[in-house]
This record gives sequence, C-alpha cells and structure tokens, in this order.
Amino acid sequence: MKGSYNMQTPGGQRRPSRGQERPRDTRYTLRRLWGYLCRHRWMLVAAAALALGSNLLALLGPMLSGLAIDAIGTAPGQVDFPRVFFYAGWMLAFYLLSALLGYLLSLLMIRLSQRVVRQMRGDLFSHLMDLPVCYFDSHQTGDIVSRISYDIDTVNTSLSSDLLQIGTSAITVVGSFGMMLAISPALLAVFAVTVPLSVLWTRYMTRKVRPLFSRRSAELGALGGLSEEAVSGLRTIKAYSGEEAVTARFDAQDKRSLDAQYAADYYGTMTGPSVNFINNLSLTLVSVLGAALFLFDKITLGNLSSFVLYSRKFSGPINEIANIASDLQSAFAAAERVFRLIDEPPEPADATDALPAGAVRGEVELDRVSFGYDPAAPVLKDFSLRAPPGSLVAIVGPTGAGKTTVINLLMRFYDPQSGEIRLDGRETRRITRDSLRRCYTLVLQDTWLFSGTIAENIAYARPDATREEIEAAAKAAHIHRFISQLPQGYDTPLTGDEAAISRGQKQMLTIARAMLLHSNMLILDEATSNVDTRTERRIQGAMRRLMEGRTCFVIAHRLSTIQNADVILVVKDGRVVEQGDHASLLKKGGAYAELYWAQFQ
Amino acid sequence: MRTVLSYLRPSAKKMAWGITIKFLGTVMDLFLPWILAFVIDTVVPRRSLAQIALWGGVMFLCSVLAVVGNIAANRSAARIARDTSERIRHDLFSKTARLSCRQIDHFTVPSLEARLTTDTYNVHQMLNMMQRVGIRAPILLLGGVAVTLTLEPVLTLVLLSVLPLIALVVFFVSRKGVGLFSAMQRSVDTLVRTVREDVTGIRIIKALSRTEGEKARFDGVNRAVSRRETAASTTMALSNPAIDFFLGAGLTGVILVGAFRVDSGLTQPGAILAFLSYFTIILGAMLSITRVFVMYSKGAASAARIQEVLAAEGEPETLAATPDRGQARLSFEGVTFSYGGGEPAVEDISFAVEPGQTLGIIGATGSGKSTLCNLMLRFYTPDKGVIRLDGRDIRAIPLKELRNRFGVVFQNDLLFGRTVAENIDFDRGIAPGRAAAAAGWAQADFVAGLEGGFAHPLAARGTDLSGGQRQRLLVARALAGDPDILILDDASSALDYQTDARLRQAVREHCADATCVVVAQRVSSVMGADQILVLDEGRLLGCGSHSELLESCPPYRELYALQMGEGAAQ
Repeated sequence: MKGSYNMQTPGGQRRPSRGQERPRDTRYTLRRLWGYLCRHRWMLVAAAALALGSNLLALLGPMLSGLAIDAIGTAPGQVDFPRVFFYAGWMLAFYLLSALLGYLLSLLMIRLSQRVVRQMRGDLFSHLMDLPVCYFDSHQTGDIVSRISYDIDTVNTSLSSDLLQIGTSAITVVGSFGMMLAISPALLAVFAVTVPLSVLWTRYMTRKVRPLFSRRSAELGALGGLSEEAVSGLRTIKAYSGEEAVTARFDAQDKRSLDAQYAADYYGTMTGPSVNFINNLSLTLVSVLGAALFLFDKITLGNLSSFVLYSRKFSGPINEIANIASDLQSAFAAAERVFRLIDEPPEPADATDALPAGAVRGEVELDRVSFGYDPAAPVLKDFSLRAPPGSLVAIVGPTGAGKTTVINLLMRFYDPQSGEIRLDGRETRRITRDSLRRCYTLVLQDTWLFSGTIAENIAYARPDATREEIEAAAKAAHIHRFISQLPQGYDTPLTGDEAAISRGQKQMLTIARAMLLHSNMLILDEATSNVDTRTERRIQGAMRRLMEGRTCFVIAHRLSTIQNADVILVVKDGRVVEQGDHASLLKKGGAYAELYWAQFQ
Repeated sequence: MRTVLSYLRPSAKKMAWGITIKFLGTVMDLFLPWILAFVIDTVVPRRSLAQIALWGGVMFLCSVLAVVGNIAANRSAARIARDTSERIRHDLFSKTARLSCRQIDHFTVPSLEARLTTDTYNVHQMLNMMQRVGIRAPILLLGGVAVTLTLEPVLTLVLLSVLPLIALVVFFVSRKGVGLFSAMQRSVDTLVRTVREDVTGIRIIKALSRTEGEKARFDGVNRAVSRRETAASTTMALSNPAIDFFLGAGLTGVILVGAFRVDSGLTQPGAILAFLSYFTIILGAMLSITRVFVMYSKGAASAARIQEVLAAEGEPETLAATPDRGQARLSFEGVTFSYGGGEPAVEDISFAVEPGQTLGIIGATGSGKSTLCNLMLRFYTPDKGVIRLDGRDIRAIPLKELRNRFGVVFQNDLLFGRTVAENIDFDRGIAPGRAAAAAGWAQADFVAGLEGGFAHPLAARGTDLSGGQRQRLLVARALAGDPDILILDDASSALDYQTDARLRQAVREHCADATCVVVAQRVSSVMGADQILVLDEGRLLGCGSHSELLESCPPYRELYALQMGEGAAQ
C-alpha cells in the first residue's frame, strides 16, 4: 500500500474529523481492543507475515531495476542482454508476487476487521438491551446510535487500513533506508536535510491547521442547524414575514462558516505543494550529489536510479505520519467511547432466590415506598397504595408532573429506594424481571412500531400468534378495516416514516398489540391521546373489553375517562398530592376538584 | 450545472489568473526529471562539477517556483470557491425562504435542508478541487506525455500501453464497487434504524421481555452489514495491488525496450532514469483524474438539485384589486381546496367573523381544520371561492401586508435556538415591554424562573422546555404583534385545563378587538366561542354557538358528551 495513490472510494473516504478528540485512557482501550484481536491471533500472525513478504518483495524492485540499468551500460552496442533479461524477468516475477501477497493481505485484513467489528457491534447491542431503562432516559438516542454506527465504523477503518499502513510504512521506511544505506551512505546525507524539514513542517501544520479545521466543522454545524431550523419553520417565518430577517441571519452564519473554511483551506492548501516541494528538493539533492558521485565513479547509474526510487518510497510514509497519527487518535477515542458503553453496569441480575411470577391474580400493593430519580429529590415519599384484582387506578395531573413514575416502579424499570412493592403478596424483587414484566400489558403514548410488517408489529409480544388471532385483535382495536384496505394488507411493511399511516392509526396498532396479550394487569399511559375523539368513541368498547377483569393503571389527560376509577392519584410537581375516588376528591375541593372544574370554565 | 457555473462569472478574471499560475507551477514539476536526465546524459560527460551544481541550482529554482505557484493558485482557488459559494448559498436560501407552500410540500423539508447544506458543500468542494486537481492532473498527464515524447518516443509508447490497462482496472473496480457500496450503505441504514427503533422502544421491549428477540434480530442485521461490507471492500482491495503490478510491469517494459534502444544508440541511460520518474508522475495524474471525475459527478448532481430549487415557482402573485364585498373582518365564501388535485381537503366552506369575535373550529384529525388556517394566510390559494379580509379579496392584498395582520400558532409550531426574547420578537422589532406583557397574557410566567429570564437562550426547537411551556411561548409570540386576527391551531393541547382557561381569558381581555380563530380537538377549548365550525372530512357539519350547536348538531352533542363525561350535565 502506497500512500501516494490511495484511491478515493465511495465508502473509503477519510471521515471529517470530529475536532480535537483525544483518547483519555489509551492503555485501557488498547487492552480491550486486544481482547477482541487476540481471538483472531492466527490471522494477525498471518497478516504480519504477508505484510512482511509483500513489502520486502516490493522493495527488491528498485534494486533489480538498478542492476538491469547497470547491465544496459552507458554506451551503444555494449548491452549485456542476458543479464538485462534475467533481472527484468525477476522484476516482473517479484512485482507479480508482491501484488498477489498484497491482495491476500488486504483480504485477510478485511476479514479480520469485519470479524472484530461484528463482534463489537453485537456485544455493544446486546449490552444495550441489558442496560436499565434509566440509561436511556439520561442519554440521547443520537448519541447511542452514533456509537454503534459512527464510532465502530471509525474503529473498523482504522483496523483495516491504518493498522496495515503502519506495518507497511514501517517495513518500507526501514527497508528502503537499509537499501539506500547499502547503495550509498554518502547520498543518505540528503535525508539529513529533508527528513527533519518534513517532520518539522508536518508538526507545524498539524498544530496550526487542526484547530482551524475544528472551527470549520463547528461553523458548518451551526450553518446546518440554522438551515434545519429555518426550513422546518418556513411556515412560521412566512406567517410573520420574517423571510428577509432570516435570510440575513443565514448570510451572516454562512459568511462565518465560509471564512472558517477559507482559513482552514489557506493553510490546508499548503500541504500538497509543500510535500511535493520536499520531494522535489530531495530529488534535486540526490541528482546533484548523485551526479557528482557518478562523475568520480563512486556510484553506478543503476545505483543512482535505485536510490531515486527508494528515496520516493522512503519519504512517502514519512509524509503520511501526521495523517495516520491523527486517524489513530480518533480511532482510539471512538473505541474508548464504545468500551465505556459496554462497561456501563447492566440491569442488576435477579435476586438469587427470585422465582418466575407464574399465574397471578393481579393484586398490587405499594407499601411505604420512597423513590426519587435523584435520591435527594424524592418523587414518592412513604407512598402506599393497594389495588385489588380487577380494580382501576387512575393517575392524573398536568403534563410533566411525573405521572409515569408509578409505572416505572411497577414494571421495575426503576427500583424504589425504600419500601416494598408486592404482587399477589409477593415482593416483586423476589420475582424474575422478565416474568414480572410479562404480567403486565403496557400501552404507551409513544406509538412504538418497528420496521417489519403490520402483522409482525401486532404479534410483537407473541410471535407465535396465528393470523386469525392477529386479525381478531385488529378488529377489536377497530383497525382491521384500514389494514384490509392497504394493497398488501397485513403484510404491508412499516419502514418508520409512513405518510400513509396517521398517528392515530399507529396508536390503534399498538392497542391491537395489547389486545393479543392475556396478562392480568394493564397499564395505559395516555394510550388514546393520539386518537381523535370520534375514533376514541369507536374503540371505547374495545378498550373496556381490554380492561375488563384486569387490574388497570391508567394515566389520562381527559378526566372523563377515569371518573369511575377505584382510586385516583393526583400528581403535581413530581409528587402524589391526593389519593381517593372521584366523589371523595371532588368533595375535598383540592387539586383534583380544581382540575376537574377548570374544564368547564 | 450551467446555472452554478454562471455564479463563477464575477470571479472570471481572478480565476484566469489563478489557473495561469497553477499551470506555470505545475509545469515546473515536469521539468525536474527532464533536468535529471539532461544532467546524467549531457552534463556529467563534460565532467564539470560547477555545471552540475549550476543545474542543481536550476532544479532547486524550479522546485521553489512550483511550490510558490501552486500554493498561490490553491489559495486563489479557495478564495474563488468561497466567494462563489457565498453567492450560491445566498440565492438558494433566499429562494427557499420564498418558495410557495406547494413547492415546499413537493421538495419536502429534509430535502430542502440537504440542498442547503450537503449540496452546497459538495459544490463548494467541487469548485475548489476542480481549480486545483482539475487543472493540475491534466497538465501532468498531457505535459508528462508530451515531455516523454520529445525525450524518447518509443519508451513513451511502452508507458502509454500500460495506462489503458490501469484505467480499465480502476474503471471496472470502481463501477462494481459503487454498486456494492450502495448496497452496503442500505444495510448500514437498516442497522442504524434498528438501533434507533430499539433505543426509542426500550420500555416496550423490556415490558414484553423481548430483549432476546431483539438481539437475534440485530444479529441478522449485523451479519448482513458485515457480509456486504466484506464484499464491497474485497472488490475495492483489488485496485491497489493491480495498479502496483501494472506499474512494475511498465517499469520492466521501459527497461527492456530501453536496453534495445541504448544498444542501437537511439537513446541514453539517463533518459531511462527520467522515464522512471515520469512514470510515477503520469500514473499519479491519471488516478487524480479519476478522482476528479468522481468529484465532478458528485458536484454536478448537487448542482442540479440546487438548480431545481432556484428554478422553482415562488410565492403566488398579488392580483389586481377586485371589488370589495361585505364588511366582515374575515369571511370565506364557498371555499373549496385540494392539496394535490385529488379529494378536496375542504369543500364549500362559508362563514364570516367580526372583530372581537372568536371563531372555534373543531373536528377530528384530517378534517381540514389546519387547511382553513393555511388558506387564511394564503399559503395556498383556494381552487374555488373567495376569502375576504375586511371585504377585500386576500388575493389582491400583498402577502407581507396580509400576513402582518395575523398572529399565528401552528400545530406543532417551532421555537428557534435563540433567546426567549428573540423568539417572541421574531425579528419584528417589538418593544420589550410589549413582548413581556404578551408573555404574561400567554401565562408564560415560567420565563422569570429561567436563567437569564427573557435573555435565556433556548435549545434548538426549544427542546429544553416542556410541551406546555413551548406552547405558551408560541402564544406569546402570536400576541406580541398586536394582531388583528389571532390563529391558535391546537395551541393549548399540552396545557392543563386551568392554564388553558386563564390563557383564553387573558386573550379576550387584552386583545378585545382581535378576531380569534381557535382550532382544537377539545370541546372545552372552543365552547366559549361566538361561532363554532364543526368539520368532518373537509365538510361543514354545523356552524353556530355552543348552545345552538347542542340543539342543532348531533355530532357536536355527542362529542361534548363524550369529552365532558357525566359532569356535562351539571
């Protein structure tokens, strides 16, 4: 692999650097990375052997060509053809062999890096699935996705190309240095001039340019942000006749980003010509010095030719050092981010004496439970609640008041700091998480569908459900007719950005999903908020059937739906402020009554 | 492409100058191996160290000229690319801001965004690189061939015979590679989507104890990515060894043929030496040219996408004045409209509201409520019927004048990543006192609790606020301009009943003369209105006050009973 003609491929472009990122703990990262690599240590050994072989063979080329040129001689009629043919034949053979080995090496490295990366991705993902819900509550989706795609990809690129390039470069530099030393130690003096020059230059440039490039990325990012905001808000801008003002803001940001780009380019554009200059300088010095040595018969023409070719090989990797170093640095930083995520503590294992829930009646009891997402700011304090089998518990309160907390505790997405939660009299910590969660049917406000067919989405919780069962559930959720009207019916694939399916219809699909489950407890978290009133009326019967005979926990923003609840919890500012049934709470004249009467004002 | 190139015109002179310098600088690079050959074959036999040193000096001079010329030309290229991009981006953005809503629907928001960012970036890079590599590579290729031809025509033919082979390898590998890489990209997209889905749906997955199933699903996706990437990389990995081999074969060819030529006295060994250098230069140039093509096609595709927007239709024209009719603040006369020419979104809608009155619009999702608001602001023009403001046909009112009379909160409206004050003012130059008052009426008291109050910078889209807080700021924005007509499209859905009620009361108190249009799914939000439109699938089911509708409009009555529960009877 020669840095000089690295092809730019659609997938192999150098990625824009993420600014100045440095790995924090290189030894830790290396140790973890080695853990993955050493599973394939035989591939590594083979790769090292191939790299050595391929590069040494390539190094012999210039020597052979020099010998051939010497065999040609300098005068007409004196060419030693048998020797020329001999060397030329070897040249061809070595080049061919070197190319073959090089190709094999690439194949090997691709396979090695793919295995490592697939393993890392798999480990990362399965760890992700084992993480507690609170991790996802406190980390952005984009960040998690970027670790499993962008970061792992950076590691991949680094493994498959940088690693190879480092090995190759080292062999090439050492090998050509040795060759040049053998040919003419005197000519090597040239590099006493050019190598320090190029090292100093690269260091100067890296220091100068890197901050400029990260500023450029930041400004381009800001421009992207502004464009996104402006284009998504075009109607608002038009409504307030803000076209000119926003154009002016765009122009100002654009100018900043273009200036930042120019500042980076101003230095960046020096790199190519300067590297070229150093090459030219060394060619000049080799020519002058070589010609002088040739004049005094200290060197043959063939040797001079070999030397020129070796000098090119020698300076190639040296010019690339800065690039490789910065690539490696970002690869380490990326790998570290991946490993840090893999090292996040997973959901604690079930207690050793935990048993599966088995068949449950659905009696839920919270006994003096205290809990806060931040233990210093408790959301629930000594909170008690008893829900007999088949009862309906409603949780009401303004948006963002912490209504989902109780549900987080019931499902054991979070565990309370003190107190006990019991199911049929058994402490839930003595029940395995999986079986406990399967006791509940959960319908959330966010309509979560995954890419798969409609049938697969409905049958998500019960992949063994028959088509009849799926259709029955869809009918019960009043979505069957809509599905049947789609050209592919139940086999219509959902890809995540459907325009054809409204939010309401998505919600009905998740309700159909719940209809398929036969658990004894049901949690509805504003489950019908995306369904318009007309449709809600139509599915009311279905919802009632869904709730029948089950212990239900309902979060609702329409008070009309929960008036017949056995217990209503009123949540405000993250705390349960009232508890009771509709009539008693109205009589009390507190927060609930205030909420209730507000809707008629 | 032509339009984008026309943006280069103002920089034509600078560009001509830059290209000349680039040309001169690049030619210097070509001189060096030639001088080396000259020194070996001609100067050395003269056995004069002084002359060797002299020619060394010439080589050094050429090197210096090459580096100075190339840097100067590259900088000029960067400057021209910057200036041109600035012009293109300005025009593109200001055109985007003035697209008609039909065009926005047609292009879609993500695509417009991509055109403003990715596509202009690609064009910028193309303009920059074309002036550098695009000039340099052909000169090195053609110049290199020309110099070698004068130096030794037969050896040049050896060299030229290898080039097509390399070109073929590069061509076929890239062509196959592009297909494989896009297949790989698709599977990477699937992977990203799977992760994104599972992260957002983690509660459901855990609730249904489906984590093992998800791991299996991911494993399949993961394997597919790995398989595709292996296939793509394996193909691409062919090109470097192949090029290495052909290069080596070419060098061997030069030596072999050179041997015969030297033997018959037709050439000198120094020339062979020079050839070996030219060989690398020409090969490098050829590979650069393939890169230039990739870059050009990418840039040209982006340029075409930019061009599409620049050529798109802008906002509708203002018609010549038509005779006024009626006095109502806002009236619809038999308005029918469809978005794509298919089923009408609203059909034969007529009503009139007076200053100080409130118009409520209620109906299910997709019943045409928001369409009515879009039509009032003339985002779209009705297919049939007339909309009048104070009796004037809104088509005859200049857009800016028309829209300045409105204050609007759209469904899912946006806050921008600016300060609270800037979000309320929205570049209208509203007095700070007025903005603060509007925030008060909109029940946005929480602003005082933010760090910096009104100077508090919001995150993009206001994601650091709760849904209810966002809605209240949006209402403040609408109220701050002292509008004649206030449109609140589902603007209080995230507010609890109490806040909603207080907000409505404040609006009535402080904007007594304004006509309010309130769009909602909650009966409680519109039941105080002077006039309520009940919409269903674009048609008007009923129109009147709350008590009138309870009498005359059964669908409204049902809706009311359903939402208010038993309490409605009290």
